[in-house]
Amino acid sequence: MSKKTTSDRSGRGRNTGRRHPLATVALLAIGLMTTGGAYAAVTTAAAADETASPAVTQSTIDEGQVLFDANCASCHGLDAAGTENGPTLIGVGSAAVDFQVGTGRMPMARNQPQAEQKPAQFTDEQVTALAEYVASLAPGPAIPDEEYLQADGDATNGAELFRINCAMCHNVAGAGGALTQGKYAPTLRGVLPQHIYEAMQTGPQNMPVFNDLNLSPEDKADIITYLKYIEDNPAPGGFRLGDLGPVAEGLFMWIFGLGALVAVTVWLTAKSH
Amino acid sequence: MTTAPTSTPSTLPPTRTARLTGAAANYIDERTSISGIVKELGRKIFPDHWSFMLGEVALYSFVVILLSGTWLTFFFQPSMAEVHYEGSYVPLKGLEMSIAYASALDISFDIRGGLLMRQMHHWAALLFIAAIGLHMLRVFFTGAFRKPREINWFVGFVLFILAMAEGFTGYSLPDDLLSGNGLRIIDGMVKAIPIIGVWISYLLFGGEFPGTDVVARFYSLHILLLPAVLVAALGVHMLLLIINKHTQFAGPGKTNDNVVGVPIMPVFAAKAGGFFFIVFGVLTVIAAFFTINPIWNYGPYDPSPVSAGTQPDWYIGFADGALRLVPPHLETVIFGYVFSWNILLPLGVLPLFLGAVAFYPWLEAWITGDKREHHIADRPRNAPVRTAIGAAGVTFYAVLWAAASSDLIATHFGLGIEMVIHTLQALLFIGPVVAFMLTRRICLGLQRKDREIALHGFESGRIVRLPGGEYIEVHEQVDEYERWKLLAYDDYQPLMLRPNARGQITVGERIRSRLSGWFYEDRISPVNQRELEESSHH
Ligand code: HEC
Ligand code: HEC
Repeated sequence: MSKKTTSDRSGRGRNTGRRHPLATVALLAIGLMTTGGAYAAVTTAAAADETASPAVTQSTIDEGQVLFDANCASCHGLDAAGTENGPTLIGVGSAAVDFQVGTGRMPMARNQPQAEQKPAQFTDEQVTALAEYVASLAPGPAIPDEEYLQADGDATNGAELFRINCAMCHNVAGAGGALTQGKYAPTLRGVLPQHIYEAMQTGPQNMPVFNDLNLSPEDKADIITYLKYIEDNPAPGGFRLGDLGPVAEGLFMWIFGLGALVAVTVWLTAKSH
Repeated sequence: MTTAPTSTPSTLPPTRTARLTGAAANYIDERTSISGIVKELGRKIFPDHWSFMLGEVALYSFVVILLSGTWLTFFFQPSMAEVHYEGSYVPLKGLEMSIAYASALDISFDIRGGLLMRQMHHWAALLFIAAIGLHMLRVFFTGAFRKPREINWFVGFVLFILAMAEGFTGYSLPDDLLSGNGLRIIDGMVKAIPIIGVWISYLLFGGEFPGTDVVARFYSLHILLLPAVLVAALGVHMLLLIINKHTQFAGPGKTNDNVVGVPIMPVFAAKAGGFFFIVFGVLTVIAAFFTINPIWNYGPYDPSPVSAGTQPDWYIGFADGALRLVPPHLETVIFGYVFSWNILLPLGVLPLFLGAVAFYPWLEAWITGDKREHHIADRPRNAPVRTAIGAAGVTFYAVLWAAASSDLIATHFGLGIEMVIHTLQALLFIGPVVAFMLTRRICLGLQRKDREIALHGFESGRIVRLPGGEYIEVHEQVDEYERWKLLAYDDYQPLMLRPNARGQITVGERIRSRLSGWFYEDRISPVNQRELEESSHH
């Protein structure tokens, strides 16, 4: 917001070609607004965190460290420096931790082609504490702003971006799909907007990272809008058959359609004893 | 005819309506001689076995396709010109897309009853081809394709191919991402044909793929040419059916020279009429409750994205599966020209497979040297090698079919996709062989059991102690009706290798006698009269 204001005003200034009497005031205002805007941005990010857990303080970070040492250090190493069993988490940011732990992927249970999703093992507060601890080690992608998670963006743009960037793995309707070597892209139904955003931002396991240059935060919000649209609106055509496409349709027709009609033919030709 | 009754007091005077219909019938008959046809048709016999009605399922679903398809033509616009979508499906609003796709979306969302019709049309197409497939299997396994019905088998095969062509052209019309991906695969296959491939592709698409013509061209094929040929072939199929009559399973009084069953008029006609509405009803219910091809999910065609789980409709699945099973990197470069065997191989093998299906009746007749007419349907067990060949063919097809959904098999059973592919590759070769041997063994075993039962009756489970202290299980004779089924089949001998008129033994004859030996070397002869009489004496 503040950025936009800045460019508008400087544009006008250049057009007149001469310093307006109010220019100094404007400049001052601009300076104030940019710093103020920046400050506000920082504080809203902090505020967003604060809504999840009151006060990002040293004590939260400490609590996170305790949890980390107990649950994660065996694989990720003390101070998250990484071991043979798990990569370093330095610089992955709070978004990665919130996604991995919040969706129940971490702590990983056993070595598998892909970290399995399990029921989440920590409370929201504990997840935040872990996230803050890891974020405190080095800067990285942060848990997204609430404003991008409202699913009120442009569904058309979101659908288009989704088809181009995500459908080859997750299927056009987000039903999921197979990857090589036992890995797979999971279904996106029922995933929280926050986790969708974080998945794009951090690229868990075999998923590529879509950073803000690939997909701006607004684009990500649009994708979330589309995914929530198809999730929240009833399917126009009736039962979806898993959104799996022609294979499911073919099986359905063979088993239930033709099956039912064969049963009818048997009944029609049955001898009436 | 209509004047006579009034004079005799014993007959009731015909009612006004009866007189009217009588007069109308007479009027028509005098001008068309239709009564002969009606009599002939009405006395046509329809045997009472459910498997004889599968063809009807196909026929009736075709009627549903025609009706719903005609309705769709009122609203579909086969143009690839670009428009901005302004219909009511939110996640596509404002998007640029072809008129074809936009009109398909309008049918789905903004035209009353449109989605129901679209879904009915598509579901009916799936049912149509599935029913044809099952019908073909029935005809194959009962040997109903033998003389004099070989030609009708071939016509039926042509119908099967036409139905697939109709299905594929229809699948391509909405111009969504899925249909575009399907076309892209076809384009790739066409382009892989040496020398002429690229030319054909440019001809088909009117330039570089995807061009702006293909939807309109496929539309012409889909609603004009293919249906016209299909209906004509269907007419021939029905005509030959009437001329040749149905086969029937053996039974007392059912011989090679008659057809026993209910005449079409009136019982069967009534049942058939009812059955049409049942097929119609089942399709309507399915179309009303179950989504098929949700084109709104796929978005307009754009050559760059491909969705996970992109598959053709089931009847093209075997071809897709063949492409998925070919090992990668099979290419040779000759004079700077790349031969992609990974496409050419399936492109060669599939026509061979389909050709074998199309010409099987002549193949079998040649091998067995059987030139007689057959009107009695074989029980599959009584033709072990044919049944085994059928089982092998079904297995081959099924493996290809499964390969088309290799990705879904992988995700749904928690397997690695490489493993699924490698397993299916192995199965493609081993499966048919195992199926062949297993089926033949099972058939021979069943025949042996039938022979046993015909001669000695079946085990009643009743154990009796004889006065001498010996225990026996009482065998009960099957009734005449059942026994007939067990006895009535032909005994075949392998062909003898005989020199021809010029005293030579040709290579062809050698192969033929080999094959014939393979066909019949293991066989169980039917019980003959003498054996039967002997057995009934003790
Ligand atoms: C059994 C070993 C194991 C345990 C325990 C474990 N992890 Fe992991 N973790 C892994 C492995 C292995 C990966 C890398 C997975 C991959 O990329 O396929 C990983 C990846 C991650 C990532 C993603 C890193 C990135 O680059 O985006 C995060 C974040 C993470 N773990 C957090 C945690 C947290 C927090 C805990 C404790 C609650 C935890 N893990 C417990 C093994 C483990
Ligand atoms: C290369 C394939 C690939 C692409 C492209 C891809 N993903 Fe993923 N995605 C994956 C895989 C694999 C996982 C599972 C990771 C795991 O289990 O940790 C995943 C996981 C996710 C999850 C977490 C699902 C859950 O159940 O918690 C979300 C959300 C997600 N992806 C969204 C997206 C979006 C949105 C896009 C497009 C911008 C996208 N993905 C593109 C492969 C992909």
